[in-house]
Amino acid sequence: MTTTSTTYAVQPGPDAGADAAGSGLPMVRAEQVCKRFGQNEVLTGIDLEVGRGEVAVLLGPSGSGKSTFLRCINHLEKIDSGRLTVDGDPVGYVERGGRLHELREKEVAARRTEIGMVFQRFNLFPHMTALENIVEAPTQVRRESRRDAEEHARALLERVGLADKAKAYPSALSGGQQQRVAIARALAMRPKLMLFDEPTSALDPELVGDVLDAMRDLAADGMTMVVVTHEIGFAREVADLVAFMDGGVIVESGAPDQVLVDPRHERTRAFLSKVL
Amino acid sequence: MSVHLSESTSETRDGGPAAVPGQPGAPVLEAVPVRHPGRWVAGALVGVVTLSVVVSLAKNENLDWPTVWHYLLSDLVLSGLWTTIWLTAAAMAVGLVGGVVVAVMRLSPNPVLRVVSGAFVWVFRGTPVLVQLIFWGFLGAFYPTTTIGIPFTDVVFFEGSTSDLVPATVAALLALGLNEMAYASEIIRAGIQSVDAGQTEAAHSLGMTPGRTMRRIVLPQAMRVIIPPMGNETITMLKTTALVSVISGHDLMSNIQAAYAQNFKVIPLLVVASIWYLALTTLLSVPQSWLEARYGRGVAGARQGAFARLVASRQPKEPIA
Repeated sequence: MTTTSTTYAVQPGPDAGADAAGSGLPMVRAEQVCKRFGQNEVLTGIDLEVGRGEVAVLLGPSGSGKSTFLRCINHLEKIDSGRLTVDGDPVGYVERGGRLHELREKEVAARRTEIGMVFQRFNLFPHMTALENIVEAPTQVRRESRRDAEEHARALLERVGLADKAKAYPSALSGGQQQRVAIARALAMRPKLMLFDEPTSALDPELVGDVLDAMRDLAADGMTMVVVTHEIGFAREVADLVAFMDGGVIVESGAPDQVLVDPRHERTRAFLSKVL
Repeated sequence: MSVHLSESTSETRDGGPAAVPGQPGAPVLEAVPVRHPGRWVAGALVGVVTLSVVVSLAKNENLDWPTVWHYLLSDLVLSGLWTTIWLTAAAMAVGLVGGVVVAVMRLSPNPVLRVVSGAFVWVFRGTPVLVQLIFWGFLGAFYPTTTIGIPFTDVVFFEGSTSDLVPATVAALLALGLNEMAYASEIIRAGIQSVDAGQTEAAHSLGMTPGRTMRRIVLPQAMRVIIPPMGNETITMLKTTALVSVISGHDLMSNIQAAYAQNFKVIPLLVVASIWYLALTTLLSVPQSWLEARYGRGVAGARQGAFARLVASRQPKEPIA
């Protein structure tokens, strides 16, 4: 693997074969991804490549399809056409005879273990403590021993600055603390890709910083990340790639200095003038 | 002297020293709660009526307390009591397990499962349990022989007389269990639907399969919503087993009826039945509050049982920032 060896380092999965590793294959590749909700075309041909260890930030007005696209990456939404691969494997589908055949639930679940996701509303399991939230998937899905999983979980809580909250239920944590537990929970599966769906939008302004710090830390460790956010400052500072979406397409994408400072398209300029 | 709250309070017109509110020397104002004479009247009225009822009950010789004590712990009553207890437990077990299955069927993407489970609930919730009970009791008249095999073929594993296969207690269990299944499924369905969709998404994003998500994430949270009404259902079921007497199910009520049919001591025997039903329903509220506390974990403001409060008091709760 090309990823640097850190606590978050990716464990080579069974399908991360020799040809995938080090060949420069992008971690996420979308080609003409389309998605409809009934008559409503939400994504009308998304093309995007996110390289290993890169941080991509998706910007755009609400309803532009950025969250939907993010959810397609781990098959929480099913795509209608196009090609969407994570580490070379199509997401939720297998390509046979020129068509996409949807995978069975178990196979989809197995692919998702390699993709961590952080939600706007945290979605911690309220009936479990912070520690139990984190060890749930490693022990239930990966069949890790309780001891190993807890050891790893405590290390992750330490990383996000919540070592003393292991026994706290989510209802006793602030939004920022809940979101950092949610990040630790996703990392516990040792994913090779992390998706963030507006991770700071539901937070009080003074709590945003802690969550962004945890994400910065993660990016510095070489984690591949796709982030939907309105935090332009974070995008400018951390992102390798910024993609501006509007009306179900990527209007323009490129380095943050280019897209955020000197956008080519009128729509990007109009959006940035509103949020900056 | 009266206290003036006007601006000119400090200036006194009658020459005495002014009392200024909020400053040293101001008189302490005592709050007098409003009187509720109506509460006294209502309390006295209800008290007198209640007392008169209790006295008339105690003095009524038809109540025949010696007979009550004689039957309270008799073998006949105790064996009926035992039947009532296991019938309640078994019917609730059938109802709960079946109810989960029916609820999951109703929420299934498969239209056949949805329609069949919907029809099941429609029939078993829409007809009186008394009718269902008699129906199962007289199943032998409807289907004289019972055959177990592969449908629409000649393959037969078992064939026998229905009335041998379904004695009164089995009929009672079937009737009560299937009826409960219909009600329980609706309660469980509501519980499952009360869990935020984000919980399922979070579990799926961690690689949990739909089945594991249901077992580990959704159902434990749904339990909080399911338990209070299911506690009610259990108490209702305990009393509903009395209907089994119409097919002589040998439950508490059947045996009480059998006794007063011989000695005509109807009222004392009904008092015996009431004492036992009351005792059992009182006992049932204990596990209910324990379960409510157990599944209320992590929920701010959830009702906690004495045990949970004891545990919680030992680990200080962090304030919500």
